[in-house]
Amino acid sequence: MINLNAGAPRGPLAEQWSSYKANCKLVNPNNKRKLDIIVVGTGLAGASAAATLGQLGYNVKSFCYQDTPRRAHSIAAQGGINAAKNYQNDGDNVFRLFYDTIKGGDYRARESNVYRLASISPEIIDLCVAQGVPFAREYGGLLANRSFGGTQVSRTFYARGQTGQQLLIGAYSALSRQIAEGTVKLYNRRDVLDIVVIDGKARGVIARNLVTGELERHSAHAVVLASGGYGNVFYLSTNAMGSNVTPAWSAYKKGALFANPCFTQIHPTCIPVHGEFQSKLTLMSESLRNDGRIWVPKEKEDAEQLRQKKIIPEQIHESKRDYYLERRYPAFGNLVPRDVASRAAKERCDEGYGVGTSGRAVFLDFSDSINRLGVEAISARYGNLFQMYERIVDDNPYQTPMMIYPAVHYTMGGLWVDYELMTTVPGLYSIGECNFSDHGANRLGASALMQGLADGYFVLPYTISAYLSNEIHTPAIQTTLPEFHSAIQGVSDRIDQLRNTKGKTSVDHFHKKLGKIMWEYCGMSRSEAGLQSALGMIGELKEEFISDVRVPGGMKEYNPELEKAWRVQDFIELGDLMVRDALQRKESCGGHFREESQTSDGEALRDDEKFAYVAAWQYKGNSAEPAMHREELRFDTVKPSQRSYK
Amino acid sequence: MNFTLKIWRQKNAADKGGLVTYTVGDISADSSFFEMLDQLNQLLIGKGEDPVSFDHDCREGICGTCSLYINGRPHGPLKGTTTCQLHMRSFRNGETIFVEPWRCGAFPVIKDLIVDRSAFDKIIQAGGYVSINSGGIPDANTIAVPKPNADAAFDAAACIGCGACVASCPNASATLFVAAKVSHLALLPQGRVEGERRVRKMVETMDHLGFGNCSNTYACEAECPKEITVANIARMNREFLAAKLFADKEKQVSFSL
Repeated sequence: MINLNAGAPRGPLAEQWSSYKANCKLVNPNNKRKLDIIVVGTGLAGASAAATLGQLGYNVKSFCYQDTPRRAHSIAAQGGINAAKNYQNDGDNVFRLFYDTIKGGDYRARESNVYRLASISPEIIDLCVAQGVPFAREYGGLLANRSFGGTQVSRTFYARGQTGQQLLIGAYSALSRQIAEGTVKLYNRRDVLDIVVIDGKARGVIARNLVTGELERHSAHAVVLASGGYGNVFYLSTNAMGSNVTPAWSAYKKGALFANPCFTQIHPTCIPVHGEFQSKLTLMSESLRNDGRIWVPKEKEDAEQLRQKKIIPEQIHESKRDYYLERRYPAFGNLVPRDVASRAAKERCDEGYGVGTSGRAVFLDFSDSINRLGVEAISARYGNLFQMYERIVDDNPYQTPMMIYPAVHYTMGGLWVDYELMTTVPGLYSIGECNFSDHGANRLGASALMQGLADGYFVLPYTISAYLSNEIHTPAIQTTLPEFHSAIQGVSDRIDQLRNTKGKTSVDHFHKKLGKIMWEYCGMSRSEAGLQSALGMIGELKEEFISDVRVPGGMKEYNPELEKAWRVQDFIELGDLMVRDALQRKESCGGHFREESQTSDGEALRDDEKFAYVAAWQYKGNSAEPAMHREELRFDTVKPSQRSYK
Repeated sequence: MNFTLKIWRQKNAADKGGLVTYTVGDISADSSFFEMLDQLNQLLIGKGEDPVSFDHDCREGICGTCSLYINGRPHGPLKGTTTCQLHMRSFRNGETIFVEPWRCGAFPVIKDLIVDRSAFDKIIQAGGYVSINSGGIPDANTIAVPKPNADAAFDAAACIGCGACVASCPNASATLFVAAKVSHLALLPQGRVEGERRVRKMVETMDHLGFGNCSNTYACEAECPKEITVANIARMNREFLAAKLFADKEKQVSFSL
């Protein structure tokens, strides 16, 4: 059993981070420029880390699979970023943000990390404003806030519905400045396919140049993974098409533990699936639930008529509508947390009350708000979202209710990291969505952007110096070392294998099949029997992939099918681990709903006695079962309570 | 729906390339343009042919990865829409659709419909930022910014760097792209400080990279998927002129010392 010690400083929560910073070993500026750091990914976490490390004087190599760092998927985040600024004088402070995050995460996150996150949040806003991020402002010229995701304070900063885009452009600009100054070297259109470990320490990566197909060796004194989440294991998700688990998965196979893989977030307000050839799902900001009311028909006959388009929603009389969230959760109504809203929608559709041609959709109706506030007020708040909806669905939400359905959006699980954000492999760090650390079993709205930037701008640049201060005598790592040879050989063999299978079935076919298994058995609701059968199905799929995949094109050329094949193979293996993780967690918590663990009225039932731990999985070889290790969670400051939104 | 597609195929940067005709059937009107191309690629893979390569990622109109001239227009027929947000209901059943990559010397073709837009990154590296480090920053509300300025800065900052402005311009000019960044930062007090230096360096870099000059056709504004206006170009020109005057003054001062 590996002893998983987070290594948080002793002392009261509120003093831990300042005491860490006061005692942390530093690296002299003369030595910094002799130290190389690889950063994989250029989203909010990766770009902010690479830029900051470059400013400090380290030699940074930044990798992204996109054609430019500015396109990383953080760009798609809409809603906003939380910060305990208390600009609205509504009683917010660091402790409250910490408490909300721990509670929202259903008591499955580490107190020390979350407190640090909350305490850093105000600095993020200061920095982003100074970079020129055009946050929303009041007429007085000061920053505006909104309430988000059912919190009782207004602490969310936003830039219309494009907060992620504006924050990423800020980080990308900072990164561009360092590239111009020569402290960061950019490697775009690269897939990082393996991590090189020498004498137990992370010392480099093997990357494939996606344009030429060349395999490259890159060495460094430390490697930082900021490669994002793994939501695309479900095939359909709100992630970008290229989002993948590959760098994190290769870290797992090189000894980094993978924590809580089954914790995935299903977002309640996405545009429903239209058909078999759908390639991705589009999120509609959660802020819509502030003014929209969610309903389905009370009568199954009405739902059937709607599905067949024999009637339109406006024909259903008020008394025949079931506003099921308001009915079940009178205190929070339509503003219940994401996991609760998603499960409730699934429950109604499973019972046969779903609408839309597929029967997998519910209404989000703005007619009451439009009557109360007027079209203009609603258009000022949601105009761009309504437009986006109309473009995709061809329905006008001012006239007829929107249709929404839950979709995979974020993954709370990821590489296990300690207080310093280092994985179990020395010198290998993981930041942003790629790690597991701050959101427990459920992430609150507007907290992903906060975590990505906190890790990249303000945490990693300190904690990595603790490690690198012991590396100042290590000369530049040579890429001619045998470990690089064997890593590159392994990558090249696997590529040959994929290309030489010459089967009959395309990569997409396998990905879709995997997605269906994961969505059905490891999605919004999970059961022992379902997970057991999923395990078998994934095993078969893995074999089928190896014997029957068809990857056209060559290795030494631009070959998107080859990129996909590698990623999907990793996703299949990850799917297996997620199911195992869901199986062992026989409680319901956050985004993980176990059917065997619910209250008499069908609400999630957490089990703190048995499951107040982080499950961290260790790779034991391709044919062996992975081993699970536990990091017990201690709640010294916040006493766990059962969430109730009734 | 059924379509005839005439798609630009080009093996690599050195290949001459040419249009190849394909037909696709059984396409849902609700499919996006890329989902239609996905279907074509599945057919090609099934037949053992090389699928069509195209750039795409978020498929929700924000990352700026997608490109394509569709029937001669950047991002296709709809105003204010990226290719990934274009749906097949915007085309007539049975229509012949021409699909080509961006055509501009500064954006060389990599393969099929994919071009290299790293010239845009180089322009940003020349000065599209505020020169500050991550730390020691005063409170965000220390400087009030008039709401109209903040809103106008946002409008300019909404650029997704897709390159449609260059693709639509008869001179292949990147002026709207540069103007959007210059405006975004010039409108905010935080970006004002190095405004002169920024506009000079960014314009200089754009010229060096082989983009053409602006001759005010405004095709860029018409085709920009984020509807960035040419008012930003006027603002950049004013900034540029002022910067030149300022630079001369600076020289005189240093001479007199």
